[in-house]
Amino acid sequence: MKVGVIVFPGSNCDRDMYHVLTDVFKVDAQYFWHEKKLPSNLDAIILPGGFSYGDRLRAGVIAAHSPVIADVKRLASRGLPVLGVCNGFQILVESGLLPGVLLKNTSLSFMCKWTHLIVENNKTPFTNKLKIGQKIPIPIANGEGRYYADEQTLVDLKKNNQIVFRYGEEINGSTMRIAGVCNKEGNVVGMMPHPERAVEPQINPIDCKPASLIFESLFNTIGVTN
Amino acid sequence: MSTYTVHVTIENKPGINDPEGETILNDLVLKGNYSFVTKIHSAKMLKFTIKEKDKKSAEKKVRKLCDELRIYNPMVSRITVDVF
Repeated sequence: MKVGVIVFPGSNCDRDMYHVLTDVFKVDAQYFWHEKKLPSNLDAIILPGGFSYGDRLRAGVIAAHSPVIADVKRLASRGLPVLGVCNGFQILVESGLLPGVLLKNTSLSFMCKWTHLIVENNKTPFTNKLKIGQKIPIPIANGEGRYYADEQTLVDLKKNNQIVFRYGEEINGSTMRIAGVCNKEGNVVGMMPHPERAVEPQINPIDCKPASLIFESLFNTIGVTN
Repeated sequence: MSTYTVHVTIENKPGINDPEGETILNDLVLKGNYSFVTKIHSAKMLKFTIKEKDKKSAEKKVRKLCDELRIYNPMVSRITVDVF
């Protein structure tokens, strides 16, 4: 059982993610540089947060052309669970794996604060141990985190139950307060907030259990017991 | 073959709010009593220098590149291409 953590030039939450997987949850994980091929025996892929290519042109767009993305697409099409966090979400959106787009926050500022999410879909590999409506205390840290989708895309998102997380409060101007979405099949999930920063009591001032369930949902899906 | 400069301006589509443009208008320009200004749109411009046989195909090729590489996100942005 192995989780691949993709590293792009400018990723900066890759070590946090690796630490949480290996030290907190004792799961086998491996870094993959974005120019490397992904082995087909991975059980899940995580695109961590950061500032790939310094957010040049638009957050995530240059990394979306990385060689590894073809492998991510291939494995995702086979149903492999894929999670993009923050910049990882932006990359998934820019690569076409997830619908919508992430625009600059209405405040125009980089926002780094604690907020909470509301679970809207608990059928994904990353939410199946959570309850609909459950609150997740979690931090955000982004400048381009305002989720936007055009009208037709929103209709499809609602119809296909693709809205996974919403913010519990208006925070950055996101359409319908959307904080995370999945693809139609449900195996590819993207979210702006950082679950890897919310699973340890030392750094979570509120409650680290709900965010832990995001990871435990994945391990539940891929059959890891810990 | 000639050398052309191609300016690609990327801006939000109408209906997509532009907080940067609004802030420049409301908090800088209008507060500075330049009341003849009614709207400001922020945009990003990329200047390409390319070799191509004529202006028309210079525009066509750069537009194709912008579409293929997602230089702009068509859900929220549009481009204007000017060749010099």
